[in-house]
Amino acid sequence: MRARVAVVRRTEIADPEGETVLRALHDLGFGEVEAARFDRTITLQLADTDPEMARARVEEMCRRLLANPVIEDFSIDIDQ
Amino acid sequence: MKVAVVTFPGTNCERDTIHALRMIGADAELVWHRQAALDGFDAVVLPGGFAHGDYLRTGAIARFSPVMAAVAEMAHAGRPVLGICNGFQILCEAGLLPGTFIANEGLSFICRMVEMEVLSATSVLTAHTLPGQLIRLPLNSYEGNYVDPTLTGRVVLRYTDNPNGSQGGAAAIANEAGNVVGVMPHPERATDVLLGSTDGRDLLAGFLASARSGVR
Repeated sequence: MRARVAVVRRTEIADPEGETVLRALHDLGFGEVEAARFDRTITLQLADTDPEMARARVEEMCRRLLANPVIEDFSIDIDQ
Repeated sequence: MKVAVVTFPGTNCERDTIHALRMIGADAELVWHRQAALDGFDAVVLPGGFAHGDYLRTGAIARFSPVMAAVAEMAHAGRPVLGICNGFQILCEAGLLPGTFIANEGLSFICRMVEMEVLSATSVLTAHTLPGQLIRLPLNSYEGNYVDPTLTGRVVLRYTDNPNGSQGGAAAIANEAGNVVGVMPHPERATDVLLGSTDGRDLLAGFLASARSGVR
């Protein structure tokens, strides 16, 4: 069983890497790009268990370690 | 009067910090991060570096090192707790100071002397200063851009030219009581005229005096 965790910096918090990439894309002529943000994906290989149980455990992992609640939100996808 | 200087795997400023503290008369000792108790210590410093490689986020892994429960105990008991650079990031991750850090505005690793103004003298780091006083210390960081959505961080030192985009120009933050302080530039590297400034020595002397008096 696999869990994909997406950790996303909240939009009101600056993302200096994203802003720099946005400027570079504009310099290359990709003027249609309105924003670039660096999100983080963490893939966890889990021992098989009930998906809801797995989700609850991964949520706890996010709250305690994988995401910083001060500036980040997270979402979780569980694959069987 | 004993000061613990905590070393995590990847910490690299612990020797400078010990040297600076001993120079001004402290009984300073290195403490490995796996040590779970800080009995007998009057104050604790988390020095700079890249604790646990700064993997995931700066300070994210270090906050779970065994020593951090004892650091939190000292913080809650009103003992002086100082985080320098990476140590500041660890205190934020541990929730002992509000806010967190992101990459510097402009994405430069900044390594130069910076000037700050004292905004508040009621903290263990600024105990020997006066509001309005200018302080010069070397800054040495990539993720030095302070963010505090809660607006609860009490800025005690503010950059005069805000080199990294920190919210409110924050260079040093204190908790409400003033006994827990994080500072992004390095006081331990400004302890001799040969190093370009002795302001760090004065700040650390104030920190020691706070530890000696047993209160902030």
